[in-house]
Amino acid sequence: MKIDKNTINKIARLSRIKIEDKESEDYIKDLNSILDWVEQLNEVNTDKVEPLSNISSSILPKREDVSKDVNSSDEILENAPDKLEGFFAVPKVVE
Amino acid sequence: MISKSIKKTLQSLEQKDISIRELNQEYIKKIKEKSNLNIFIHFEEQKILDQVTELEKDNSNKRLKGIPLAIKDLFCTKNMPTTAASKILENFNPTYESFVTQKLLDDGAIFVGKTNLDEFAMGSATDTSYFGNTINPLSADDTPLAPGGSSGGSAAAVAANLCLGATGTDTGGSIRQPASFCGVVGIKPTYGLCSRWGIAAFASSLDQAGVFTHNVEDASILLESSAGFDKRDSTSANVKIPNYFENLNDDISGKTIGIPKEYSIDGTPEEVSQIWEDAIKVLEKKGVKIKNISLPHTKYALPTYYIIAPAEASSNLARYDGVKYGYRSKEINSLDEMYENTRGQGFGKEVKRRILIGTYVLSAGYYDAYYLKAQKVRKLIANDFNEAFKECDLIVTPTAPSAAFPLHQEQDDPIKMYLNDVFTVPASLAGLPGISIPYGKDKNNLPLGIQILGKHFDEQQVLNGALSLERSNG
Repeated sequence: MKIDKNTINKIARLSRIKIEDKESEDYIKDLNSILDWVEQLNEVNTDKVEPLSNISSSILPKREDVSKDVNSSDEILENAPDKLEGFFAVPKVVE
Repeated sequence: MISKSIKKTLQSLEQKDISIRELNQEYIKKIKEKSNLNIFIHFEEQKILDQVTELEKDNSNKRLKGIPLAIKDLFCTKNMPTTAASKILENFNPTYESFVTQKLLDDGAIFVGKTNLDEFAMGSATDTSYFGNTINPLSADDTPLAPGGSSGGSAAAVAANLCLGATGTDTGGSIRQPASFCGVVGIKPTYGLCSRWGIAAFASSLDQAGVFTHNVEDASILLESSAGFDKRDSTSANVKIPNYFENLNDDISGKTIGIPKEYSIDGTPEEVSQIWEDAIKVLEKKGVKIKNISLPHTKYALPTYYIIAPAEASSNLARYDGVKYGYRSKEINSLDEMYENTRGQGFGKEVKRRILIGTYVLSAGYYDAYYLKAQKVRKLIANDFNEAFKECDLIVTPTAPSAAFPLHQEQDDPIKMYLNDVFTVPASLAGLPGISIPYGKDKNNLPLGIQILGKHFDEQQVLNGALSLERSNG
């Protein structure tokens, strides 16, 4: 078993997702079965194969490096759950 | 009686047989009658009428003027909320319009509403939505069927004739598979043909917008309106968009069609193999050369996809943190607790499952074994297609391994659910264009689909092949 209780807690923490104890059993089961299933990729010889990350056949376009003045802070803040004087507001970080 | 064809409806509008207002009022009525199918996440009659009023003041000629379309609720729209079918975006009102929807609006389309989908497009049955299941309009009264997914709401909206076309997105089959389940046409163009700007991201190296319609002609009309270069998406392709509709030609004699032997999979129902054979015979009669081809790495496409897509999703969905937009948990004694509770409560089970697996395969010590390995196998899968397309112009396969299945049937076993995408995922990994058209029925009289794949940016030939098959299908 690749994923145990400790691993799932560690991944959940890395993902910043709180999972309840009763959920974690399900995730351990599901993730292990998915990881066992993808294991079959090891049958494939990939020596000397370049990884494919970008499938667009076109070359990435360049643009002029010019600055643009856009004042859209009101728009950006429009959907914020909490805001204060033109900033996003979050719980206090430093006591 | 209103035609189910965009082309004919545009003619009726032009000849003033019907007004834009009458047309859209008719569709409003249809949508209200079918509200039990839970196809729309957002539908507001007044917003449709307001769009009609605006268009009535507009004297310019627009190629889709007045045509009612449904929009998958993954596309940001200024005029309507955008949820991605997630609690975490339940009250999100975009301040901008996605590239694709802006293009459709510029062409005079009317948006009748935002359609249901699997949460963040993660699923194959539209059953992971925070807003509940969508029911396939082809269901018999006693057994509700799934519409497929993730763009199940859009496919169902077209199938129930609640619009003349709809937008979708396809990451591993999310347009083609629901099109097959609902008996409509669905096309996913080449990766990069339609800008991803303003579409909530799932797996950025795979996500691609496309359309659902009642027929192939309409697909060519809508695709032309949705495609185009956009500098705000760095993977958007700067290619000239052909006039797909004008260039449509159902005569494909002399072309070579590849039939990949690896797509004959054990356990595929007899009727699916049967319609595949029928389609091949029909094409052969039309003067097409049939060539048996091999795509040797096909069986590795699904496991490759289920490493790459969750990995990219775990990174893309990091933006939902309860700070900038969307849901924020009430239990927030510290910043970390805010993040963890917001995401724990805001995401549904399948989304969390994929973020967790994606985080794992990218984490220190596992990256090479999983993510890098998958990217290498992806290269081999893409190479298979490159080799195959040296010998043929199009590839023809079934779209899905079954017709629509009953709701909730396969929810508990993730791998069984993932197998729905067995025929659609390989082309997604290679970034190729693919269309699904309804072809034949299963023993319960439910539609099945044929998938036609083409070379990069060869949508025209894909549409021509589909038109040819459609016209031979009675």
